[in-house]
Amino acid sequence: MSRLELRHVRKAFGGLDVLADISLSVGAGEFVSILGPSGAGKSTLFQLLTGAEHGAGEMFFDGAPLDDHGRHFAFMPQRDALMPWRRIIDNTTLGLEVQGVGRKAARARVAPLFAEFGLVGFERHFPAQLSGGMRQRAALLRTVVQERDMLLLDEPFGALDALTRAALQRWLEQMWRHHRWTALLITHDVREALYLSDRIYVLSARPARIVREIKVPLPRPRDPTAAAAPLASALEAEILDILLNPQPFKGHDDD
Amino acid sequence: MLASSSTRPRRVAGFLAKSAPAVISVGLLLVTWELYANHSGIKPTILPAPSRVLEQAILNRGALIDNAIPTIRATLLGFACSLSAAFVFSVLVDFFQPLRRALFPVFIVSQTLPLVAIAPLVVLWFGFGLAPKILLVALVTFFPMLVALVQGYEATEAEIGQMLRAMGAGRWRVFVLARLPSALPYFFAGLRISITYAVVGAIFAEYAGAAKGLGIYMLNAKNNFRPDLVLAAVAVSAVLTLVLFGLTVLLQRIAMPWERVGREPSGKGRRG
Repeated sequence: MSRLELRHVRKAFGGLDVLADISLSVGAGEFVSILGPSGAGKSTLFQLLTGAEHGAGEMFFDGAPLDDHGRHFAFMPQRDALMPWRRIIDNTTLGLEVQGVGRKAARARVAPLFAEFGLVGFERHFPAQLSGGMRQRAALLRTVVQERDMLLLDEPFGALDALTRAALQRWLEQMWRHHRWTALLITHDVREALYLSDRIYVLSARPARIVREIKVPLPRPRDPTAAAAPLASALEAEILDILLNPQPFKGHDDD
Repeated sequence: MLASSSTRPRRVAGFLAKSAPAVISVGLLLVTWELYANHSGIKPTILPAPSRVLEQAILNRGALIDNAIPTIRATLLGFACSLSAAFVFSVLVDFFQPLRRALFPVFIVSQTLPLVAIAPLVVLWFGFGLAPKILLVALVTFFPMLVALVQGYEATEAEIGQMLRAMGAGRWRVFVLARLPSALPYFFAGLRISITYAVVGAIFAEYAGAAKGLGIYMLNAKNNFRPDLVLAAVAVSAVLTLVLFGLTVLLQRIAMPWERVGREPSGKGRRG
Protein backbone atom coordinates (compact mmCIF):
# COMPACT_ATOMS: atom_id res chain seq x y z
CA MET A 1 0.00 0.00 0.00
CA SER A 2 1.66 3.19 -1.08
CA ARG A 3 1.26 6.29 1.03
CA LEU A 4 2.34 8.89 -1.50
CA GLU A 5 1.51 8.46 -5.13
CA LEU A 6 2.18 10.86 -8.02
CA ARG A 7 0.67 10.30 -11.47
CA HIS A 8 1.99 12.20 -14.47
CA VAL A 9 2.90 15.29 -12.53
CA ARG A 10 4.09 18.15 -14.72
CA LYS A 11 5.25 21.65 -13.97
CA ALA A 12 6.37 24.52 -16.17
CA PHE A 13 7.67 27.92 -15.13
CA GLY A 14 6.57 30.37 -17.80
CA GLY A 15 7.02 28.22 -20.90
CA LEU A 16 10.04 26.39 -19.45
CA ASP A 17 9.21 22.75 -18.75
CA VAL A 18 10.82 21.75 -15.48
CA LEU A 19 8.99 18.53 -14.68
CA ALA A 20 7.88 16.68 -17.82
CA ASP A 21 6.21 13.59 -16.45
CA ILE A 22 6.74 12.32 -12.92
CA SER A 23 4.96 9.23 -11.65
CA LEU A 24 6.19 7.67 -8.46
CA SER A 25 5.06 6.09 -5.24
CA VAL A 26 6.40 5.77 -1.72
CA GLY A 27 5.21 3.00 0.59
CA ALA A 28 4.75 3.14 4.36
CA GLY A 29 8.08 2.93 6.15
CA GLU A 30 9.95 3.04 2.88
CA PHE A 31 13.04 5.13 2.18
CA VAL A 32 12.93 6.32 -1.42
CA SER A 33 15.43 8.54 -3.21
CA ILE A 34 15.06 10.77 -6.21
CA LEU A 35 18.42 10.92 -7.92
CA GLY A 36 19.14 13.32 -10.70
CA PRO A 37 21.53 15.90 -12.10
CA SER A 38 21.70 19.37 -10.57
CA GLY A 39 19.04 21.72 -11.86
CA ALA A 40 16.80 18.85 -12.96
CA GLY A 41 13.85 20.19 -10.99
CA LYS A 42 14.13 17.91 -7.99
CA SER A 43 13.43 20.72 -5.55
CA THR A 44 10.47 21.84 -7.65
CA LEU A 45 8.90 18.46 -6.96
CA PHE A 46 9.10 19.15 -3.23
CA GLN A 47 7.58 22.57 -3.74
CA LEU A 48 4.61 20.89 -5.38
CA LEU A 49 4.31 18.47 -2.48
CA THR A 50 4.50 21.16 0.20
CA GLY A 51 2.04 23.33 -1.66
CA ALA A 52 4.49 26.17 -2.39
CA GLU A 53 3.82 25.66 -6.11
CA HIS A 54 1.01 24.12 -8.11
CA GLY A 55 1.42 21.87 -11.15
CA ALA A 56 -0.55 19.58 -13.39
CA GLY A 57 -1.16 15.88 -12.80
CA GLU A 58 -2.46 13.97 -9.82
CA MET A 59 -1.06 13.60 -6.32
CA PHE A 60 -2.49 11.21 -3.75
CA PHE A 61 -1.75 10.57 -0.12
CA ASP A 62 -3.17 7.38 1.41
CA GLY A 63 -5.39 7.15 -1.65
CA ALA A 64 -6.95 10.60 -1.17
CA PRO A 65 -6.11 13.59 -3.37
CA LEU A 66 -3.39 15.67 -1.78
CA ASP A 67 -5.00 18.90 -0.66
CA ASP A 68 -3.98 19.87 2.85
CA HIS A 69 -0.24 19.90 2.24
CA GLY A 70 0.93 20.88 5.68
CA ARG A 71 -0.59 17.85 7.31
CA HIS A 72 1.44 15.10 5.67
CA PHE A 73 4.96 16.33 5.18
CA ALA A 74 7.85 17.47 7.32
CA PHE A 75 10.26 19.28 5.06
CA MET A 76 14.01 19.60 5.56
CA PRO A 77 15.56 22.15 3.19
CA GLN A 78 18.94 21.97 1.53
CA ARG A 79 20.81 24.20 3.90
CA ASP A 80 19.89 23.65 7.52
CA ALA A 81 17.69 26.81 7.64
CA LEU A 82 18.29 27.08 11.37
CA MET A 83 17.33 30.53 12.65
CA PRO A 84 20.55 32.20 13.85
CA TRP A 85 18.63 34.12 16.52
CA ARG A 86 17.08 31.05 18.16
CA ARG A 87 18.89 28.72 20.48
CA ILE A 88 19.11 25.10 19.32
CA ILE A 89 16.26 23.97 21.55
CA ASP A 90 14.01 26.75 20.22
CA ASN A 91 15.00 25.93 16.65
CA THR A 92 14.00 22.31 17.11
CA THR A 93 10.60 23.23 18.56
CA LEU A 94 9.79 25.57 15.66
CA GLY A 95 7.51 23.14 13.80
CA LEU A 96 5.58 22.30 16.95
CA GLU A 97 5.23 26.00 17.75
CA VAL A 98 3.73 26.62 14.31
CA GLN A 99 1.34 23.72 14.96
CA GLY A 100 0.20 25.59 18.07
CA VAL A 101 1.91 23.47 20.73
CA GLY A 102 2.81 25.55 23.79
CA ARG A 103 6.44 26.43 24.46
CA LYS A 104 6.76 24.22 27.52
CA ALA A 105 5.04 21.23 25.96
CA ALA A 106 7.10 21.59 22.78
CA ARG A 107 10.34 21.65 24.76
CA ALA A 108 9.27 18.60 26.69
CA ARG A 109 8.70 16.77 23.41
CA VAL A 110 12.07 17.59 21.84
CA ALA A 111 14.20 17.22 24.99
CA PRO A 112 14.33 13.38 25.04
CA LEU A 113 15.50 13.32 21.41
CA PHE A 114 18.66 15.35 22.01
CA ALA A 115 20.63 12.30 23.14
CA GLU A 116 19.81 10.27 20.03
CA PHE A 117 20.73 13.21 17.81
CA GLY A 118 24.04 13.76 19.59
CA LEU A 119 23.12 17.25 20.73
CA VAL A 120 23.05 16.88 24.51
CA GLY A 121 24.66 19.92 26.15
CA PHE A 122 24.02 22.13 23.13
CA GLU A 123 20.38 22.96 23.86
CA ARG A 124 21.21 26.53 24.89
CA HIS A 125 23.77 27.16 22.12
CA PHE A 126 23.13 29.31 19.08
CA PRO A 127 23.45 27.65 15.65
CA ALA A 128 26.62 29.64 14.85
CA GLN A 129 28.35 27.81 17.71
CA LEU A 130 27.73 24.38 16.19
CA SER A 131 29.64 22.47 13.54
CA GLY A 132 28.05 21.79 10.16
CA GLY A 133 27.25 18.19 11.07
CA MET A 134 25.61 19.16 14.34
CA ARG A 135 23.57 21.85 12.64
CA GLN A 136 22.31 19.31 10.16
CA ARG A 137 21.35 16.90 12.94
CA ALA A 138 19.51 19.74 14.70
CA ALA A 139 17.68 20.46 11.45
CA LEU A 140 16.67 16.81 11.15
CA LEU A 141 15.53 16.79 14.78
CA ARG A 142 13.36 19.84 14.02
CA THR A 143 11.93 17.91 11.07
CA VAL A 144 11.14 14.54 12.65
CA VAL A 145 9.70 15.95 15.88
CA GLN A 146 6.79 17.37 13.87
CA GLU A 147 5.59 13.74 13.62
CA ARG A 148 4.19 14.14 10.15
CA ASP A 149 3.39 11.16 7.95
CA MET A 150 6.42 11.56 5.77
CA LEU A 151 9.84 13.22 5.67
CA LEU A 152 10.93 15.23 2.65
CA LEU A 153 14.71 15.59 2.68
CA ASP A 154 16.12 17.96 0.09
CA GLU A 155 19.85 17.19 -0.33
CA PRO A 156 20.32 17.38 3.43
CA PHE A 157 24.05 16.65 3.30
CA GLY A 158 24.86 18.57 0.11
CA ALA A 159 26.62 21.46 1.84
CA LEU A 160 28.82 19.33 4.11
CA ASP A 161 32.42 18.24 3.68
CA ALA A 162 32.97 14.64 2.55
CA LEU A 163 33.90 13.21 5.95
CA THR A 164 31.02 14.83 7.82
CA ARG A 165 28.69 13.74 5.06
CA ALA A 166 29.82 10.10 5.31
CA ALA A 167 29.41 10.19 9.10
CA LEU A 168 25.92 11.65 8.84
CA GLN A 169 24.85 9.14 6.17
CA ARG A 170 25.80 6.28 8.47
CA TRP A 171 24.07 7.94 11.37
CA LEU A 172 20.91 8.57 9.34
CA GLU A 173 20.78 4.96 8.13
CA GLN A 174 21.02 3.78 11.72
CA MET A 175 18.34 6.25 12.83
CA TRP A 176 16.07 5.17 10.02
CA ARG A 177 16.34 1.51 11.03
CA HIS A 178 15.08 2.43 14.51
CA HIS A 179 12.31 4.74 13.42
CA ARG A 180 11.29 3.45 9.97
CA TRP A 181 10.23 6.90 8.83
CA THR A 182 8.52 7.08 5.46
CA ALA A 183 11.02 9.25 3.66
CA LEU A 184 11.65 10.79 0.27
CA LEU A 185 15.21 11.99 -0.25
CA ILE A 186 16.45 14.24 -3.03
CA THR A 187 20.11 13.82 -3.87
CA HIS A 188 22.61 13.89 -6.69
CA ASP A 189 25.01 11.62 -4.82
CA VAL A 190 24.70 8.07 -6.25
CA ARG A 191 26.40 6.39 -3.29
CA GLU A 192 24.29 8.29 -0.81
CA ALA A 193 21.13 7.13 -2.59
CA LEU A 194 22.35 3.52 -2.69
CA TYR A 195 23.44 3.56 0.93
CA LEU A 196 20.21 4.95 2.35
CA SER A 197 17.38 3.89 0.03
CA ASP A 198 15.05 0.97 -0.50
CA ARG A 199 14.26 2.27 -3.95
CA ILE A 200 15.69 4.93 -6.24
CA TYR A 201 14.02 6.91 -8.99
CA VAL A 202 16.55 8.18 -11.50
CA LEU A 203 15.60 11.50 -13.07
CA SER A 204 16.63 12.81 -16.47
CA ALA A 205 18.04 16.28 -17.00
CA ARG A 206 15.43 19.05 -17.41
CA PRO A 207 12.65 18.68 -18.34
CA ALA A 208 12.73 15.95 -15.72
CA ARG A 209 11.11 12.60 -16.23
CA ILE A 210 11.74 9.35 -14.44
CA VAL A 211 14.09 7.30 -16.59
CA ARG A 212 14.55 4.32 -14.29
CA GLU A 213 13.26 2.89 -11.05
CA ILE A 214 15.84 0.83 -9.20
CA LYS A 215 15.26 -1.44 -6.21
CA VAL A 216 18.16 -1.59 -3.80
CA PRO A 217 18.23 -5.15 -2.46
CA LEU A 218 21.23 -4.55 -0.19
CA PRO A 219 20.65 -6.01 3.29
CA ARG A 220 20.18 -3.78 6.32
CA PRO A 221 21.91 -2.71 8.44
CA ARG A 222 23.81 -1.42 5.51
CA ASP A 223 27.47 -2.26 5.72
CA PRO A 224 29.43 1.01 5.47
CA THR A 225 31.82 -0.77 3.14
CA ALA A 226 28.91 -2.01 1.01
CA ALA A 227 29.83 0.56 -1.59
CA ALA A 228 32.64 -1.80 -2.43
CA ALA A 229 30.45 -4.91 -2.58
CA PRO A 230 29.85 -6.30 -6.08
CA LEU A 231 26.07 -5.73 -6.09
CA ALA A 232 26.39 -2.14 -4.91
CA SER A 233 29.09 -1.29 -7.40
CA ALA A 234 27.10 -2.89 -10.21
CA LEU A 235 24.09 -0.71 -9.28
CA GLU A 236 26.30 2.35 -9.00
CA ALA A 237 27.76 1.69 -12.45
CA GLU A 238 24.28 1.20 -13.89
CA ILE A 239 22.96 4.48 -12.42
CA LEU A 240 26.02 6.44 -13.47
CA ASP A 241 25.63 5.06 -16.95
CA ILE A 242 22.01 6.28 -17.08
CA LEU A 243 22.95 9.72 -15.74
CA LEU A 244 26.06 10.25 -17.84
CA ASN A 245 24.89 8.72 -21.13
CA PRO A 246 21.33 9.92 -21.45
CA GLN A 247 19.29 7.82 -23.88
CA PRO A 248 16.74 9.51 -26.12
CA PHE A 249 13.41 9.15 -24.35
CA LYS A 250 11.47 6.15 -25.63
CA GLY A 251 8.43 6.19 -23.38
CA HIS A 252 8.21 4.57 -20.02
CA ASP A 253 5.19 2.70 -18.73
CA ASP A 254 5.25 2.30 -15.01
CA ASP A 255 1.57 2.60 -14.10
CA MET B 1 31.14 31.57 35.30
CA LEU B 2 34.85 30.94 35.85
CA ALA B 3 35.49 31.54 32.19
CA SER B 4 33.71 34.88 32.13
CA SER B 5 35.54 36.24 35.19
CA SER B 6 38.92 35.34 33.71
CA THR B 7 38.15 36.84 30.30
CA ARG B 8 36.85 40.15 31.63
CA PRO B 9 40.26 41.85 32.30
CA ARG B 10 41.45 40.59 28.92
CA ARG B 11 38.37 42.07 27.28
CA VAL B 12 38.98 45.46 28.95
CA ALA B 13 42.62 45.38 27.85
CA GLY B 14 41.50 44.50 24.32
CA PHE B 15 39.06 47.42 24.30
CA LEU B 16 41.80 49.84 25.44
CA ALA B 17 44.19 48.52 22.79
CA LYS B 18 41.52 48.91 20.11
CA SER B 19 40.58 52.47 21.11
CA ALA B 20 44.20 53.66 21.58
CA PRO B 21 44.70 54.85 17.96
CA ALA B 22 41.51 56.93 18.10
CA VAL B 23 42.49 58.49 21.45
CA ILE B 24 45.95 59.33 20.11
CA SER B 25 44.67 60.92 16.87
CA VAL B 26 42.04 63.04 18.64
CA GLY B 27 44.61 64.03 21.29
CA LEU B 28 47.13 65.09 18.63
CA LEU B 29 44.48 67.17 16.87
CA LEU B 30 43.56 68.99 20.09
CA VAL B 31 47.21 69.63 21.04
CA THR B 32 47.99 71.03 17.55
CA TRP B 33 44.93 73.25 17.72
CA GLU B 34 45.88 74.47 21.22
CA LEU B 35 49.47 75.28 20.16
CA TYR B 36 48.32 77.07 17.00
CA ALA B 37 45.68 79.15 18.81
CA ASN B 38 48.16 80.21 21.55
CA HIS B 39 51.26 80.92 19.47
CA SER B 40 50.13 82.09 16.01
CA GLY B 41 48.71 85.37 17.30
CA ILE B 42 45.21 84.57 16.02
CA LYS B 43 42.51 86.33 18.04
CA PRO B 44 40.38 84.15 20.37
CA THR B 45 37.28 85.84 18.85
CA ILE B 46 38.26 84.13 15.57
CA LEU B 47 39.69 80.82 16.76
CA PRO B 48 39.61 80.10 20.49
CA ALA B 49 41.92 77.44 21.93
CA PRO B 50 40.28 74.19 23.07
CA SER B 51 41.27 75.02 26.64
CA ARG B 52 39.29 78.27 26.37
CA VAL B 53 36.32 76.45 24.89
CA LEU B 54 36.38 74.00 27.80
CA GLU B 55 36.75 76.82 30.33
CA GLN B 56 33.82 78.74 28.85
CA ALA B 57 31.75 75.57 28.59
CA ILE B 58 32.22 75.01 32.33
CA LEU B 59 31.46 78.65 33.14
CA ASN B 60 28.31 78.55 30.99
CA ARG B 61 27.29 75.03 31.91
CA GLY B 62 23.93 76.19 33.24
CA ALA B 63 22.95 77.78 29.93
CA LEU B 64 24.36 74.88 27.90
CA ILE B 65 22.40 72.29 29.87
CA ASP B 66 19.33 74.49 29.75
CA ASN B 67 19.59 74.62 25.95
CA ALA B 68 20.62 70.99 25.48
CA ILE B 69 17.44 69.68 27.12
CA PRO B 70 15.03 70.95 24.42
CA THR B 71 17.40 69.59 21.77
CA ILE B 72 17.47 66.17 23.42
CA ARG B 73 13.69 66.24 23.78
CA ALA B 74 13.18 67.18 20.10
CA THR B 75 15.69 64.55 18.96
CA LEU B 76 14.18 61.72 20.97
CA LEU B 77 10.54 62.60 20.33
CA GLY B 78 11.16 63.17 16.62
CA PHE B 79 13.11 59.97 16.34
CA ALA B 80 10.48 57.99 18.23
CA CYS B 81 7.76 59.30 15.90
CA SER B 82 9.89 58.58 12.86
CA LEU B 83 10.73 55.09 14.06
CA SER B 84 7.10 54.18 14.78
CA ALA B 85 5.98 55.51 11.41
CA ALA B 86 8.82 53.72 9.60
CA PHE B 87 7.90 50.45 11.29
CA VAL B 88 4.20 50.73 10.43
CA PHE B 89 4.96 51.64 6.82
CA SER B 90 7.61 48.91 6.49
CA VAL B 91 5.05 46.29 7.55
CA LEU B 92 2.45 47.69 5.15
CA VAL B 93 4.94 47.76 2.28
CA ASP B 94 6.07 44.22 3.08
CA PHE B 95 2.52 42.89 2.93
CA PHE B 96 1.23 44.98 0.01
CA GLN B 97 3.95 45.33 -2.58
CA PRO B 98 2.00 47.86 -4.76
CA LEU B 99 2.14 50.28 -1.82
CA ARG B 100 5.88 50.33 -2.24
CA ARG B 101 5.61 51.62 -5.79
CA ALA B 102 3.06 54.19 -4.68
CA LEU B 103 4.91 55.49 -1.63
CA PHE B 104 8.63 55.20 -2.30
CA PRO B 105 8.79 57.96 -4.96
CA VAL B 106 7.17 60.35 -2.47
CA PHE B 107 9.63 59.40 0.25
CA ILE B 108 12.59 59.66 -2.09
CA VAL B 109 11.53 63.17 -3.08
CA SER B 110 11.26 64.03 0.62
CA GLN B 111 14.94 63.09 0.93
CA THR B 112 15.99 65.46 -1.83
CA LEU B 113 14.54 68.54 -0.09
CA PRO B 114 17.38 70.78 1.11
CA LEU B 115 17.06 71.16 4.88
CA VAL B 116 18.28 74.77 4.64
CA ALA B 117 15.22 75.69 2.61
CA ILE B 118 12.66 73.49 4.28
CA ALA B 119 13.54 74.18 7.94
CA PRO B 120 12.48 77.88 7.93
CA LEU B 121 9.29 76.98 6.06
CA VAL B 122 8.36 74.30 8.57
CA VAL B 123 8.97 76.81 11.37
CA LEU B 124 6.84 79.33 9.50
CA TRP B 125 3.99 76.82 9.23
CA PHE B 126 4.19 75.22 12.68
CA GLY B 127 5.65 77.97 14.86
CA PHE B 128 8.52 78.01 17.36
CA GLY B 129 7.32 75.09 19.45
CA LEU B 130 8.21 71.41 19.51
CA ALA B 131 6.11 70.41 16.47
CA PRO B 132 8.39 71.70 13.66
CA LYS B 133 11.44 70.13 15.34
CA ILE B 134 9.79 66.75 15.61
CA LEU B 135 8.70 67.05 12.01
CA LEU B 136 12.18 67.89 10.73
CA VAL B 137 13.87 65.14 12.74
CA ALA B 138 11.29 62.72 11.38
CA LEU B 139 11.83 64.02 7.85
CA VAL B 140 15.56 63.26 7.87
CA THR B 141 15.36 59.91 9.69
CA PHE B 142 12.14 58.32 8.44
CA PHE B 143 13.28 57.18 5.01
CA PRO B 144 16.62 55.66 6.05
CA MET B 145 14.81 53.66 8.73
CA LEU B 146 12.08 52.57 6.33
CA VAL B 147 14.60 51.40 3.73
CA ALA B 148 16.65 49.58 6.37
CA LEU B 149 13.57 47.70 7.62
CA VAL B 150 12.21 46.82 4.18
CA GLN B 151 15.61 45.58 3.04
CA GLY B 152 15.98 43.65 6.26
CA TYR B 153 12.70 41.79 5.69
CA GLU B 154 13.82 40.91 2.21
CA ALA B 155 17.12 39.56 3.50
CA THR B 156 15.23 36.66 5.10
CA GLU B 157 16.74 33.37 3.98
CA ALA B 158 14.39 31.99 1.32
CA GLU B 159 14.68 28.46 2.69
CA ILE B 160 13.52 29.54 6.14
CA GLY B 161 10.39 31.02 4.60
CA GLN B 162 9.79 27.93 2.49
CA MET B 163 10.25 25.67 5.50
CA LEU B 164 7.85 27.71 7.64
CA ARG B 165 5.17 27.61 4.95
CA ALA B 166 5.68 23.84 4.65
CA MET B 167 5.12 23.70 8.43
CA GLY B 168 1.76 25.38 7.83
CA ALA B 169 2.62 28.94 8.88
CA GLY B 170 0.61 31.76 7.33
CA ARG B 171 2.02 35.07 6.11
CA TRP B 172 1.77 36.78 9.46
CA ARG B 173 3.51 33.89 11.28
CA VAL B 174 6.28 33.89 8.68
CA PHE B 175 6.64 37.64 9.19
CA VAL B 176 6.85 37.45 12.97
CA LEU B 177 8.96 34.28 13.17
CA ALA B 178 11.38 34.92 10.30
CA ARG B 179 11.18 38.27 8.51
CA LEU B 180 11.15 40.50 11.59
CA PRO B 181 14.16 38.90 13.32
CA SER B 182 16.02 38.70 10.00
CA ALA B 183 15.68 42.49 9.72
CA LEU B 184 17.39 43.18 13.06
CA PRO B 185 20.95 43.69 11.72
CA TYR B 186 19.61 46.05 9.04
CA PHE B 187 17.46 47.83 11.60
CA PHE B 188 20.43 48.52 13.85
CA ALA B 189 22.62 49.62 10.95
CA GLY B 190 19.87 52.09 9.98
CA LEU B 191 19.46 53.14 13.62
CA ARG B 192 23.15 54.00 13.99
CA ILE B 193 23.08 56.23 10.91
CA SER B 194 19.70 57.82 11.60
CA ILE B 195 20.41 58.75 15.20
CA THR B 196 23.24 61.03 14.06
CA TYR B 197 20.97 62.58 11.42
CA ALA B 198 18.36 63.09 14.14
CA VAL B 199 20.60 65.31 16.28
CA VAL B 200 21.68 67.36 13.26
CA GLY B 201 18.04 67.68 12.17
CA ALA B 202 16.95 68.93 15.60
CA ILE B 203 19.75 71.52 15.78
CA PHE B 204 18.95 72.67 12.26
CA ALA B 205 15.29 73.13 13.15
CA GLU B 206 16.26 75.19 16.20
CA TYR B 207 18.66 77.22 14.11
CA ALA B 208 15.73 78.20 11.91
CA GLY B 209 13.79 79.43 14.87
CA ALA B 210 13.31 78.37 18.46
CA ALA B 211 12.93 79.81 21.94
CA LYS B 212 15.56 77.49 23.39
CA GLY B 213 17.91 74.80 22.16
CA LEU B 214 21.49 74.19 21.10
CA GLY B 215 20.72 75.43 17.58
CA ILE B 216 19.44 78.81 18.62
CA TYR B 217 22.17 79.00 21.30
CA MET B 218 24.83 78.59 18.59
CA LEU B 219 23.18 81.23 16.42
CA ASN B 220 23.07 83.75 19.29
CA ALA B 221 26.67 83.01 20.33
CA LYS B 222 27.82 83.53 16.76
CA ASN B 223 25.96 86.85 16.53
CA ASN B 224 27.64 87.95 19.79
CA PHE B 225 31.11 87.12 18.39
CA ARG B 226 31.57 84.25 20.84
CA PRO B 227 33.01 81.38 18.74
CA ASP B 228 34.15 79.77 21.98
CA LEU B 229 30.51 79.35 23.03
CA VAL B 230 29.56 78.14 19.53
CA LEU B 231 32.23 75.47 19.81
CA ALA B 232 31.16 74.62 23.36
CA ALA B 233 27.63 74.00 22.05
CA VAL B 234 29.08 71.99 19.18
CA ALA B 235 30.99 69.88 21.70
CA VAL B 236 27.80 69.30 23.68
CA SER B 237 25.95 68.17 20.55
CA ALA B 238 28.87 65.91 19.61
CA VAL B 239 28.83 64.31 23.05
CA LEU B 240 25.05 63.95 22.79
CA THR B 241 25.37 62.23 19.40
CA LEU B 242 28.11 59.92 20.66
CA VAL B 243 26.06 58.95 23.70
CA LEU B 244 23.02 58.16 21.52
CA PHE B 245 25.23 56.23 19.10
CA GLY B 246 26.71 54.28 22.01
CA LEU B 247 23.20 53.49 23.24
CA THR B 248 22.26 51.98 19.87
CA VAL B 249 25.39 49.81 19.94
CA LEU B 250 24.55 48.70 23.49
CA LEU B 251 20.95 48.03 22.49
CA GLN B 252 22.11 45.89 19.58
CA ARG B 253 24.36 43.84 21.84
CA ILE B 254 21.44 43.20 24.18
CA ALA B 255 18.94 42.50 21.41
CA MET B 256 21.19 40.23 19.34
CA PRO B 257 23.19 38.02 21.71
CA TRP B 258 23.76 35.42 18.96
CA GLU B 259 25.87 37.92 16.98
CA ARG B 260 28.52 38.09 19.69
CA VAL B 261 28.48 34.39 20.38
CA GLY B 262 28.94 33.52 16.71
CA ARG B 263 32.06 35.64 16.40
CA GLU B 264 33.76 34.42 19.55
CA PRO B 265 36.07 31.50 18.98
CA SER B 266 34.46 28.78 21.06
CA GLY B 267 36.92 25.94 20.56
CA LYS B 268 34.19 23.86 18.97
CA GLY B 269 34.74 25.38 15.54
CA ARG B 270 32.03 26.81 13.36
CA ARG B 271 32.37 24.36 10.49
CA GLY B 272 33.13 20.70 10.02
